Amino acid sequence: MSVRGPSLTERGPGLEERGPGPVPVTLSVNGAERELEIEPRVSLLDALREHLDLTGPKKGCDQGACGACTVWVDGRRVLACLTLALSCEGREVTTIEGLAGPDGELHPMQRAFIAQDAFQCGYCTPGQIMSAVALTAEGHTRDDDEIKEWMSGNLCRCAAYPHIRAAVRAVRDGT
Amino acid sequence: MTTAIGQPLERVDGRAKVTGSARYSTEIPATGMAHACLVGAQVAAGRVTAVDASDAWEEPGVLAVLTHENLPRIAAQPPLVPSLFGGPAPGETFFPMQDDTVHYGGQAVALVVADTHERAQHAAALLRVEYEESEPLTTIEQGRDQAYEPEAIFGGFLPGHSARGDIEAGLEKADTVVECTYTFAANNHNPLETSGTTAMWDGDELLLHDATQGVNATQLTVAALLGIPLSKIRVLGHYVGGSFGCKAMIWHHPALAALAAREVGRPVKLALTRAQMFTSCGHREEQEQHITLGATDDGRLTALRHHKLSPTSHFDDWAEPSLNSAAQMYACPNYEGAYRLFRANTMTPTFMRGPGDSTGLFALECAMDELAERTGLDPIELRLRNFADSDPVSGNPWSSNGLKECYERGAARFGWYERDPEPRSRREGNWLIGTGMAAAGYPAPPPGTPQRARARIYADGSVVVQAATPEFGTGVATVMAQVAADALGVPVERCRFEKGDTDFPGIAAAVGSAGAGMISAAVHTAATALRDQLVREAVADSGSPLHGADPADVAVRDGVMTVSSPGAPSEAYADLLQRNHRPDAEASGTWNPPGLDTPYGMLTFGAQFAEVAVDPELGMVRVRRMTGAFAPGRVLNTRTVRSQLTGGMLWGLGQALLEANHMEPRTGRWAAGSLGDYLIAVNADAPDVEVELVEVEDRVVNPLGVKGVGEIGQVGANAAIANAVHHATGRRIRKMPITIEDIIG
Repeated sequence: MSVRGPSLTERGPGLEERGPGPVPVTLSVNGAERELEIEPRVSLLDALREHLDLTGPKKGCDQGACGACTVWVDGRRVLACLTLALSCEGREVTTIEGLAGPDGELHPMQRAFIAQDAFQCGYCTPGQIMSAVALTAEGHTRDDDEIKEWMSGNLCRCAAYPHIRAAVRAVRDGT
Repeated sequence: MTTAIGQPLERVDGRAKVTGSARYSTEIPATGMAHACLVGAQVAAGRVTAVDASDAWEEPGVLAVLTHENLPRIAAQPPLVPSLFGGPAPGETFFPMQDDTVHYGGQAVALVVADTHERAQHAAALLRVEYEESEPLTTIEQGRDQAYEPEAIFGGFLPGHSARGDIEAGLEKADTVVECTYTFAANNHNPLETSGTTAMWDGDELLLHDATQGVNATQLTVAALLGIPLSKIRVLGHYVGGSFGCKAMIWHHPALAALAAREVGRPVKLALTRAQMFTSCGHREEQEQHITLGATDDGRLTALRHHKLSPTSHFDDWAEPSLNSAAQMYACPNYEGAYRLFRANTMTPTFMRGPGDSTGLFALECAMDELAERTGLDPIELRLRNFADSDPVSGNPWSSNGLKECYERGAARFGWYERDPEPRSRREGNWLIGTGMAAAGYPAPPPGTPQRARARIYADGSVVVQAATPEFGTGVATVMAQVAADALGVPVERCRFEKGDTDFPGIAAAVGSAGAGMISAAVHTAATALRDQLVREAVADSGSPLHGADPADVAVRDGVMTVSSPGAPSEAYADLLQRNHRPDAEASGTWNPPGLDTPYGMLTFGAQFAEVAVDPELGMVRVRRMTGAFAPGRVLNTRTVRSQLTGGMLWGLGQALLEANHMEPRTGRWAAGSLGDYLIAVNADAPDVEVELVEVEDRVVNPLGVKGVGEIGQVGANAAIANAVHHATGRRIRKMPITIEDIIG
């Protein structure tokens, strides 16, 4: 089983009441501080897509069922559609746009997804890659059965699943 | 000369898709963007008696609340014609909010527009809509007694009833009769990107970014609905996040987004919610199919009767064409097929991957498996005995076939003949293991209109080819660069395909596996025209080394024109242009497709194999491996083609074991409205898949002989799995999907 990260709700009692109108929020996204003025009800996904023009995280269901919105908060993968942007203040948010190197060099998982043709329409791909990188780092790639289970939170309607597994294996094996 | 076509090149849009830079239709930034939310009817039948928007208007930022009381009337309702025919293509001949009638649950009754997504969504939730409800009718059980035989279905293109030979005489001749009823749950497409449109007006000119399988189809449909000239509408759709048929026809939201944008005087983004993907863009209808097979003792078919019953909307006689390929697969002299429909409180059903044939061939191929068992024949041997040398419907020769090779090579790769045909003969612990196979067929239909493309070469030798078609996962940008490269004789790295824009030459909606064939035909024609034009110019140019040569003697490779004569004089395209001070050269191409009366049977064939493990006590079915062999004509790119076929086969798995929506008969509303309720295959469901490509040359369907792979991977995969479940357990389960209850029941 995975080692659980710190709870995102641990700071609960100290939160001040803000809103319901737009309030200033500072988010650290892909290493840059971003100021925005949003209502407290705005999800992290909508903050990224509608306010910061980071449309890599996708809105597939807005219900936490498809994984297309997967991003990292403090290195843990979360569903951005079920996370309030406000709750990410003081944390580091990483989206697919932050995965490649500063000179545009692709992350090995991104390269493997292209090489293995692990997508077709591409809409689930950012979420798949954010999950795949994280579970590889966590060591959940011992065999195909384990990869299958750990990648099953990310739906791919084009059903590129065998190729997604091949991409994860390729990164695991450094091939 | 072929160098690029067929190569397993990586997708040219791979980088955009893995970095998140690919923009889909509701990800287009615009100053002052407003957000629209659809409100669907809470009842399935009746009328809207009152709309109280007072609370909604209390929400800050609300810009408009549009209902049947104030939404502008549409100019005209175009007829329902499949979008492959190249004209306006509404998903149904009904447009919402034109009066107070509610025909189906989820039908749009209001559209709320606000300055942010959250405000639009909340205001929509605050809208109070009151209804006078009448009793809905939605299920086959409720509608069976009201069924009628339509004169035609499918926009009038297919007859409601068809026959050949004498079905009764054929049944009398039979030694064995297999008679089965198959039931199918409704299916929902659920691409990961929901349907959506961003609409912007500039004066009387409209720009739409739409998630569609055909930007021209969107343009034509919205122009007709709004009554504005086609010249004033441009539709863009560079990237589309999957469709599988729900973006093949044009539903209401693009026109509604345009109307809302005009109302509020700002750009408007309208994305369907996931829940609305179950109520606003069509579905594969619930259906019941009845098959009767008559055969002699040695397994030769004497009769095939195939009836289908399904609900349609109040507006259109629509059934997916389940009796299409099933009528053509086998050399059976006596045939009768009939569709029966009843009017229900539902939107008009629509295309969904493997439209018609994935259900029709499920029924036929499961019945064939029963016949194989009854006659003691191996399932492949039974099919070979009934192999159709020509199209049994028309008597015409096949444009190409390859089915026998598919059986042979699929069986070899799968290890088919290692099986003991006896059901329940193989066990591993708690698991019963079985294998099954099925044949696959899907039409290779020509589009209804000429298909166009434009090719341009710059003086630096780089090439741009343009056509209107969008990219929704097929790899069109990659493969069309390959097609252009070979036609022009230039390296593929020098070619770029531009797409997804009605400013480019027109292409019908890429549906029904027709996209690769018709777009490649247009691109090949345009690129060939440009090549011929440049060669003609060179041989006529006294400054060219090719001067005076016969154009027929000129070959082009790596962008260099060379004459096949002593000395082999040559000149590069780029040198010709630079020498004449021309920045570029351009040619258009139009491909006129063969007519529907082309004297050939045009089907794509394949053979599907599956191995399942069934735990009979827990009711679990696991597909352990799948092999598919397909003969899709010319393969433009083996990498993208294998991927699409793999995806199709896994769609067959989902249809066989997971995908179901049911109408709640009392409320007339769908039971499933989320990806938590409507199950699609996840990674853990998907076994490794083997794809075997069988090459066949087809000189009829289109210039490059491309028959398409969007559907054929799915067709028959579900039947192979059901037949494997029978082989494992000894039980015939004649329904889709096969659920835990069916196994333990």
